[in-house]
Amino acid sequence: MSHTLEKYFVPEPSIYPIFGSVALLLFGSGAVMWLNDVGPGPLVFFLGIALLIYMMFGWFGQVVKESQGGQYGKRVDLSFRWSMGWFIFSEVMFFAAFFGALFYVRVLSLPWLATGENEAVLWQGFTQEWPSSGPYPYAEAFTPMGAWGIPAFNTLLLLTSGVTLTWAHHGLLKNRRDQLAKGLLATIALGVIFLGFQIYEYFHAYSDLNLRLDSGIYGSTFYLLTGFHGLHVTIGAIMLAVMYFRVRAGHFRPDNHFAFEATAWYWHFVDVVWLFLFVVVYWL
Amino acid sequence: MAAVIPDQLHDHHHGPTGLMRWITTTNHKDIGTMYMIFSFVMFLAGGVMALTIRAELFQPGLQVVEPELFNQLTTLHGLVMVFGAIMPAFVGFANWMIPMMIGASDMAFARMNNWSFWLLPPAAILLIASFFVPGGATAAGWTLYPPLSIQMGMGMDMAIFAIHIMGISSIMGAINIVVTVLNMRAPGMTMMKMPLFCWTWLITAYLLIAVMPVLAGAVTMLLTDRHFGTSFFNAAGGGDPVLYQHIFWFFGHPEVYIMILPAFGIVSQIIPAFARKPLFGYASMVYATASIAILSFVVWAHHMFTTGMPLAGQLFFMYATLLIAVPTGVKVFNWVATMWRGSMTFETPMLWATGFIFVFTMGGFTGLICAIAPIDIQIHDTYYVVAHFHYVLVAGSLFSLYAGAYYWLPKWTGRMPDERIGKLHFWASLIFFNITFFPMHFLGLAGMPRRVPDYALQFADFNMLASIGAFGFGLSQLIFLWVVIKAARGGGEKAPARSWEGAEGLEWTVPSPAPHHTFEEAPVVK
Ligand code: HEM
Ligand SMILES: [Cu+2]
Repeated sequence: MSHTLEKYFVPEPSIYPIFGSVALLLFGSGAVMWLNDVGPGPLVFFLGIALLIYMMFGWFGQVVKESQGGQYGKRVDLSFRWSMGWFIFSEVMFFAAFFGALFYVRVLSLPWLATGENEAVLWQGFTQEWPSSGPYPYAEAFTPMGAWGIPAFNTLLLLTSGVTLTWAHHGLLKNRRDQLAKGLLATIALGVIFLGFQIYEYFHAYSDLNLRLDSGIYGSTFYLLTGFHGLHVTIGAIMLAVMYFRVRAGHFRPDNHFAFEATAWYWHFVDVVWLFLFVVVYWL
Repeated sequence: MAAVIPDQLHDHHHGPTGLMRWITTTNHKDIGTMYMIFSFVMFLAGGVMALTIRAELFQPGLQVVEPELFNQLTTLHGLVMVFGAIMPAFVGFANWMIPMMIGASDMAFARMNNWSFWLLPPAAILLIASFFVPGGATAAGWTLYPPLSIQMGMGMDMAIFAIHIMGISSIMGAINIVVTVLNMRAPGMTMMKMPLFCWTWLITAYLLIAVMPVLAGAVTMLLTDRHFGTSFFNAAGGGDPVLYQHIFWFFGHPEVYIMILPAFGIVSQIIPAFARKPLFGYASMVYATASIAILSFVVWAHHMFTTGMPLAGQLFFMYATLLIAVPTGVKVFNWVATMWRGSMTFETPMLWATGFIFVFTMGGFTGLICAIAPIDIQIHDTYYVVAHFHYVLVAGSLFSLYAGAYYWLPKWTGRMPDERIGKLHFWASLIFFNITFFPMHFLGLAGMPRRVPDYALQFADFNMLASIGAFGFGLSQLIFLWVVIKAARGGGEKAPARSWEGAEGLEWTVPSPAPHHTFEEAPVVK
């Protein structure tokens, strides 16, 4: 009764996973050495990263080849869809940890520090306000990041990039390859400009606002949330670039282009995270 | 369940041979085997740490290890057992059994499956090697609470990166299982016909996807607090050490269900087989599993009753936790009802499964006792809690793993496990387990704190008893090694395809040992 189900593609034995494992071992132990100033930390660390990049090139390259070779049927396609969806969900939960930390300090721990015994005995005169670098009396003052300058403009950039990406997708569906390529390029450009502004903003924060990673809890949450978001924009932009080159190489058909869709999902996810960021980190 | 099995006796293995075969394999059975061997090695490593701890606690005073090393041992014992032994063992079972149970040719992402496994050895290397770096391994307890975990040496950083790597492995493994179960079932294998083991693993995989990233976030904040001057867990900077506990236990409580739901699945396969009756209340088992998983997200602060949280918080987390007893009770009831008037025999797997019901349920009851806030304020961080979680983890998770291993060993090796030795293993484990951990209830109630290398004289007798039991338990586990090696080397009675008289399911329709590739053409389930 095999005709009821198309054969599912199972890959041949592969050497790439073990490269990835060695890469992460080097990456992790290199980072540990670097952070603790023992041994050739940076060397091992960057060796790990290099190996990781090599592994990804090889592995993803092989996936692209298999896909172009028509080895993936409808069932593998569906597997990819489920997996990308749940992967993005796991990313959501990663950000949730940091958003949770932000809510917790703003709603619970800062008010607690500023009331009752804490205020009476430990941190006299500490009043609760946001932004805050906590009750430590010798902390250096800083100016918080305003919402309506670069961040608002960045919001606009990312929202526009969502539109251009959808426009590119329409091009792909209607087989207008030119629109597809242009839309992708525009999206990548918007993403890169966003990143440029983000980097500029960090420089500005360090040099003009004295807002640093160690500026108490405000600095901690600000930099980790925006930093991890920026990292995800970077990854998303790289994925988009790969899609662009694949489009140029003639990949994707109107009825078969999951890699493109996955990238689009990822990009929209990064967009949505930014909207939350803009509201709770910059604005409120 | 009737199935049409296409001819599939061609049992070929192609591709690299020798060590490279294991390094590059994309076969779910190879990968499952590697997971299980890895987890048993980790189990022995964690066991050596445990026995060192028990040797130190044999008598009051300091005899065997320095207090610093003692704390490192308790910490690494916990981390190694949770992330190195129990979790990988269940993933090994999932790899071997889920494709065979649902009639799939392999896991949905066979190459990624390989990576999920091969990420574990690097993580284990980081953890074990941390004993030998300046300052030694982290000694903050497996929960890694700040401020202690902020103050530790570089061993702590190694633990953080190990956790990151294991987290990546778990998330990929979990996504693989979700997709396999959702997308690779044979025609006719509807969700509500799936063996319960697949259901419990599906739900477990969702838990993993939801909480492993949260743990990654927590340890990342530890890392930046340690090295980059952030103040997440530092009150002077406006953060809060208790914040870490919230994030950790938001991961941690679902994590304990990650370690027990697949156990429920295994036991739910075995009891019907040896009671020769279908599982009582299949649908209610599925719903109970899902309810436990959902509830597990809203009970985390029952680990934090002594942190000074507001009364409303204490009440909420207390009642929510007690609610979990309802679906758990449904499960225990269903197992017992499955046995009711069954035509039962007690081969080794059934002994472990029955033993599981008794001892795990005791751990569940002590969990309820811990969950009652006014009581927990007394017994938190005492040996009572140690007793509780060893009843659920050793007598729960580990016993179910043994039950499953004896049950499916014929399918893996083609040989029946040695009944006499298997029974010896069970009874020795059951008796020594209780000698070790039952007295800990009394120690805890009398006020002996956990994670201490020395204790007051009035605790001496029970501690000595517990240490004797621990060494007995540790030695008994070597019996299992003997059973497995014997079967793997082709000793003992040859196993038929359906190795146990009452065993049901697709895995029993293929020969024993299962050929390298099964169900390359999907069976049709009626
Ligand atoms: C009826 C079900 C359960 C209830 C009501 C329950 C309740 C609790 C409570 C309230 C605590 C905190 C005690 C304290 O620290 O003062 C606790 C600790 C613990 N439980 Fe459970 N539990 C249950 C099932 C389980 C299961 C199934 C597992 C694992 C398989 C488990 C593993 C643990 C562990 C590892 C700890 C100790 C964590 C630590 O502080 O290091 N529990 N449990
Ligand atoms: Cu809990």
